[in-house]
Amino acid sequence: MIPHFTILPILLPLLSAVVLMFFWSKPRNQRVLSVIGHGLTLMASYYLAQKTFTGEIFSVQAGNWSAPFGITFVADALSGMLVLLASLAAFAVSIFSAASIGNGRASFGYFPILQFLLMGLNGSFLAGDIFNLYVWFEVIIISSFVLITLGGEKAQLEGAVKYVTLNLLASVIFLTGIAVLYGIMGSLNLADLAVKISASPDKGLINTAAILFLVGFGIKSAIFPMYFWLPASYHTPPAAVSAIFGGLLTKVGVYALIRVFSLLFIEDPFIRDVFIVLAVLSMITGAVGAIGQQNIRKVFSYLIISHIGFMIAGLGMYSTLALMGAVFYLFHDILVKTNVFLISGVIFKMRGSFRLENLGGLYNKFPLISIVFAIVMFSLVGTPPLSGFWPKLYLLQSSFTEGELWIFGAILLASFLTLIAIVKVWLAAFWKKPVENKIAMERIVWHQLIPIEKFLILLPILILTTATLYIGFYAENISDICKLIAEQIQDKSGYIEAVMPQIETNINPENIP
Amino acid sequence: MNTVILKTASKYLLPLLLLFSVFVLLRGHYLPGGGFVGGLIASIAFVLHAFANGLPDTQRLLRMHPGFLMPVGLMISLLSGIFPMLFSKPFMTGVWKSDPIPVIGSLGSALFFDIGVYLVVIGASLTIIFTISETK
Repeated sequence: MIPHFTILPILLPLLSAVVLMFFWSKPRNQRVLSVIGHGLTLMASYYLAQKTFTGEIFSVQAGNWSAPFGITFVADALSGMLVLLASLAAFAVSIFSAASIGNGRASFGYFPILQFLLMGLNGSFLAGDIFNLYVWFEVIIISSFVLITLGGEKAQLEGAVKYVTLNLLASVIFLTGIAVLYGIMGSLNLADLAVKISASPDKGLINTAAILFLVGFGIKSAIFPMYFWLPASYHTPPAAVSAIFGGLLTKVGVYALIRVFSLLFIEDPFIRDVFIVLAVLSMITGAVGAIGQQNIRKVFSYLIISHIGFMIAGLGMYSTLALMGAVFYLFHDILVKTNVFLISGVIFKMRGSFRLENLGGLYNKFPLISIVFAIVMFSLVGTPPLSGFWPKLYLLQSSFTEGELWIFGAILLASFLTLIAIVKVWLAAFWKKPVENKIAMERIVWHQLIPIEKFLILLPILILTTATLYIGFYAENISDICKLIAEQIQDKSGYIEAVMPQIETNINPENIP
Repeated sequence: MNTVILKTASKYLLPLLLLFSVFVLLRGHYLPGGGFVGGLIASIAFVLHAFANGLPDTQRLLRMHPGFLMPVGLMISLLSGIFPMLFSKPFMTGVWKSDPIPVIGSLGSALFFDIGVYLVVIGASLTIIFTISETK
């Protein structure tokens, strides 16, 4: 029996995109159809995720060519969870877009492109060979280029140029890494490579390829020395676009790092040390950067960099507990980062500005909405019962028991700096007396919106906040899944067997000739 | 361009090139060719026609916006990929009709995938070229 449901999260967005293209000149129908399409994808993803949480690993060989030769799709618990969260975030963003994206952008294909972006995201989470991972990355990049430039405002184009150049560079480096790896091993299938690399004596070239992958994925996930494109571009597009970018695009880089390095390179202590150094530096530079910013979207952009560091630190330590922390943080971060960027969009609609000096008085005017926003922002910090707390606890615990005191200190410092940045946003935007800025006042559109539009703009924030609260209060469910994922990451044989049942999974290092 | 030679030539070249593009499309299963190249040849046919007779003439000849071919082609390709899933085979497996049809030969789902690619390529390249050459 072939598990067809494995690739439904890729096929459904494609199908919706094609249907949406038939309604090219009818933006009104597109809005409804887009939400329906994302809803169906969400259901398919939920079904897939439920199946993977049992610990089974599913694989589909597209075109029926057996494993090392054909196109493989694999879904283990990590892929299942990420597909579910990506579809949930995209569903929320599509509701938000349906209410907030103007007809100008919609008539140039905003909604189909959003579907293509989700297809690329789900595709890269499910890809079972490294070249297809690259292809899905291209699908993501091309759709995100369109989304970031659509509308053609001057600031947008300026941000897009930086985004495009550095991401293309990252793709070239990634592709070079693939070429080197293919040159040594003669294979591109991840499971096949995992078997071959652990038996290969050629450590020098393999490490070269590993560093090329690290730089390629590092640029995409915005870790320490390679993050400059992110705060320069994420604050330019409309809120809905920056939400899906902030929530998901850098996380694909992190996912690729986890997947590729855990299967291929992580045994090397040198690579792990590199990870730990980069993680510490990203955590601290990102958080320090966030404090200095005046634009709320830039504050959140820098916090993305800082929090990517947490996940990389977990990957660098590579114990079960550390990996649990890393993937838990990844899940929490997708929901919360998507949400804070949506919230910044709502704040812009309410106050007409993204800059802290022009904001203020939100708590007085919208007390209930502000409390929802507060929950989200304080789960970003990691205040105890909320979702950000649990992964940090795992990471702190494992860094302490393993004697990685640099990580221990960096996590504490970065959390503290995140708290300062968030409190600064809270004080300036919510508690301060409102500032009368003429230009900003003219841009306020909140009171012109009809109730249904207000509802559609706030609904996605509520959905994501509920999911965040669920993660926080039912952390034991999530941590069971994270434990399963961490074990699956550490024991590659399950993955290899699911992809290539015919090959004996003999990757014990003692058997290396 | 207003030359009699090009105008007359394009009148004969348009059907010839289109026929050739279909030939390349069908040839592509085992030999060099296929939907992508075929689509490019077909769009060259229309571009040549536009050069000789002006863009409005070609648009009238096409009767619809070339961009419409993109979703149609994508849909055909996607359905050809989903089709084998009905026989519980993995996505995009080539499914073949058991006995060959006279003249055409054996018929498989791969052909429909290529036809989809052919239409997408025509749609995309003509949309790009027409958008650039429109003078407004």
